[in-house]
Amino acid sequence: MSTVLAFQLQTWNFFFRELVGGLAVGSLYALIALGYTMVYGVLKLLNFAHGDVYMIGAYIGFFVLNALGSPLNPVMPIVPLILLAFAAAMVGCGILGVVIERFAYRPLRKAPRIAPLISAIGVSFFLQQTAVLLWSPNPRSYDTFSLRPDSSGIGELFRTAFTIGNFSIQYVQLVVIVTTIALMIGLSLFVWRTRTGKAMRAVSYDAEASSMMGIDVDRVITVTFLIGSALAGAAGVMTGLVYQQLNPYMGFGAGLKAFTAAVVGGIGNIGGAVLGGLLIGLTETFTVGYLSSAFSDLILYSILVVFLLFRSTGIRGAPVLQKV
Amino acid sequence: MSTESPGPQPATSPQIGVDEWVQRSGERITGPAGLLGTAARLVNRMPPILLLAVFIGLACAIPELSTSGYVIGVTADTLLYVLLAMGLNVAVGWAGILDLGYVVFYGFAAYLFAELSSAHYNLHWATWQTVPLVIAATILLGFVLALPSRRLSGDYLAIVMLFFLQIFNNFTTNGYAWNWLGLTGPHDVTGGPTGINNVDRFRVFGRVLSNAPTDYVFVSAAGIAVVAILFHFVNRSRTGRAWRALREDPLAAEMMGIPVKWLSLLAVAVGAGVAGFAGSVNGAYYQGVFPDTFMFPLLITVYAMVILGGAGSLGGVVFGAVVVNVLLEVLRTPDHARWVFYAALILGLLAKLRPWRLLAALVAGLAIFGVVAHEIVGAVWARGVGGPIATGPTSYTTHGFLATVIRHWMVLPKGTYTAEDFRIGNYAFVIVIALVLACTVLKGWKRWALLVPTIWGACFVWETVLIEQNPVTRPLFLGVILIVLMATRPAGLFGKTRVEIV
Repeated sequence: MSTVLAFQLQTWNFFFRELVGGLAVGSLYALIALGYTMVYGVLKLLNFAHGDVYMIGAYIGFFVLNALGSPLNPVMPIVPLILLAFAAAMVGCGILGVVIERFAYRPLRKAPRIAPLISAIGVSFFLQQTAVLLWSPNPRSYDTFSLRPDSSGIGELFRTAFTIGNFSIQYVQLVVIVTTIALMIGLSLFVWRTRTGKAMRAVSYDAEASSMMGIDVDRVITVTFLIGSALAGAAGVMTGLVYQQLNPYMGFGAGLKAFTAAVVGGIGNIGGAVLGGLLIGLTETFTVGYLSSAFSDLILYSILVVFLLFRSTGIRGAPVLQKV
Repeated sequence: MSTESPGPQPATSPQIGVDEWVQRSGERITGPAGLLGTAARLVNRMPPILLLAVFIGLACAIPELSTSGYVIGVTADTLLYVLLAMGLNVAVGWAGILDLGYVVFYGFAAYLFAELSSAHYNLHWATWQTVPLVIAATILLGFVLALPSRRLSGDYLAIVMLFFLQIFNNFTTNGYAWNWLGLTGPHDVTGGPTGINNVDRFRVFGRVLSNAPTDYVFVSAAGIAVVAILFHFVNRSRTGRAWRALREDPLAAEMMGIPVKWLSLLAVAVGAGVAGFAGSVNGAYYQGVFPDTFMFPLLITVYAMVILGGAGSLGGVVFGAVVVNVLLEVLRTPDHARWVFYAALILGLLAKLRPWRLLAALVAGLAIFGVVAHEIVGAVWARGVGGPIATGPTSYTTHGFLATVIRHWMVLPKGTYTAEDFRIGNYAFVIVIALVLACTVLKGWKRWALLVPTIWGACFVWETVLIEQNPVTRPLFLGVILIVLMATRPAGLFGKTRVEIV
């Protein structure tokens, strides 16, 4: 009897760990997906390079943390340290996104649909290889686990924040989920309450008509890239904080999954992107945990293919009427 | 619009059934101008069969003329890429479908060939059995993987095809313990990360083609000849015209009664068939298949080839494949890469800079800028100048004309490059990218003035970073090809640009 109970407890613990882990991954995907969904909304372009912008963000955070002392002995308290890393990555990625849009996509505004997509793939590959060139292909580690360690060597971020029953939640998971929610709320306020946000929505409905109404479409697109890429930068830093490992190739798979998250939530839909990100994060984590870790990509991508095939308008999206 | 076309034509009343737009549609198609345009027009005037014969003849002559195994090997690789590029051209160039799963077909064919003709399953089928079977199976796979095009289009279709590539990579890398997701015990399907080794060579008419790479140059050349002749006629057939209609405007094509969905499937499947043949050759030639081969970088390589030459133009695609692969090979050897880089730089300046005094001013500015920078750095940082042109494992002859010129013009730190030196190169790399981007924005004399430090900086980055780390430079170069071509000449070097007036 007791063994059965212990077993059940163990399985429940495992389930909860997977659940929280999935929510954390899902939050990251959601943040990246926001950039995809916003850009797709205003430009109808799959910004392939977005995943690699996220990778660059992770590297910027890494260099900021490293410049401010070793993990064992940082020069400032942990909260401003991490805030600084976030700020640097968000600003850096925002600028990078604007530059990419200005030089790789804007000249192709009037070109056939296939051209900016190929250009985007080129940018993605270029960024990835630039990272390999500048920072070597070897993975780096944020080493946040040993950031300000206690006597047992566990860093401040990885200590238990609180426990639910038998299960404990670490600060770092809390940071990810709370930051995602905060950024989400900020973005929603921006899109729904500001003039620029209103212009953004107008452009996503009809770019031509809104330019006739006096909206500077190019400026709106620039702002969209700025915000989307900044969110990707934040996601990059969070990845570093939670998983610690980063390498130049991390943006590719994350970008693919995040784009699908945007589609799952209904492309152009901000709340949907978050929902889609969480769903995909959970699916991925549970696949690894319960089905197969070697073939998790195979299973996940198969699910995504099936989803895209049968529900390409998203879980909550109504079918889009194509205007010709 | 090219300069030859005269101004507005005298208004002639359109005939019945031919409106003005149709009548003048030829004027809206422009080819490349300048030297390249002349070359393209010359090539276009020659009969295609002659071009093909010259190409095949040259390719087959290389193994006869050269005794270097390396050169023949590069020829064999290049011909494989030519096949691949011709196959991808069907979907991307003709039908306008962004087939990002193309490498799956190549990889699938290579794996299938390897499994049917190796000790992996102890099958050693004859070549005349395996190759047709592999091609047929790959075409079938092409139809299956293109099925999403019935429901999706554009970006969504592209991303689904890319998912197939990810699935394929995941399967081949971990397929040594494939257990049908728990239904059976694990068994080895793909050989895992080490792939399948000791694959049989082709056996043709009782002869084993073991003289690699020479024999495989001939095999690929024969394949190219067959595919090129076939595609030449396909391109002019009803199907070829329908594909082009589909590329230009799927909706209009559908309204004209063209079976758009079927043609999309067909385009991907036909391309897959070519990849099927190329995959078989790959398995036999390298005597093994490895999962790392068939990944995203290969896809980018083939796309760069198709885009560079001009998607949609058969000759252009062949040209693109040859140029890209030969350049990638040249980049492996710093000595050769250096000559090619400076030659390309000078040729580019000669071709693009008019009038001549501007060119002279720029060259003079470059020379002065370099020498002054050399002197300043030499005065401030003694170790900073006069260093070896290449360090590390690459041995570079420290004498010679080019080396002497570069040494007096460029800032090259002495001794083995430290991490600190490489960091300078990294900053310079980022700065040069910013300068290049700035040059594209600026106009007039500012651009020409900025061009001087940009070119000098590019040469500096080239000498200190790119030539040292050529395994990264090669893929970087592919990414640059895609971006620059899309921004400047989306139709490729030899493609025709349609100037649409909407």
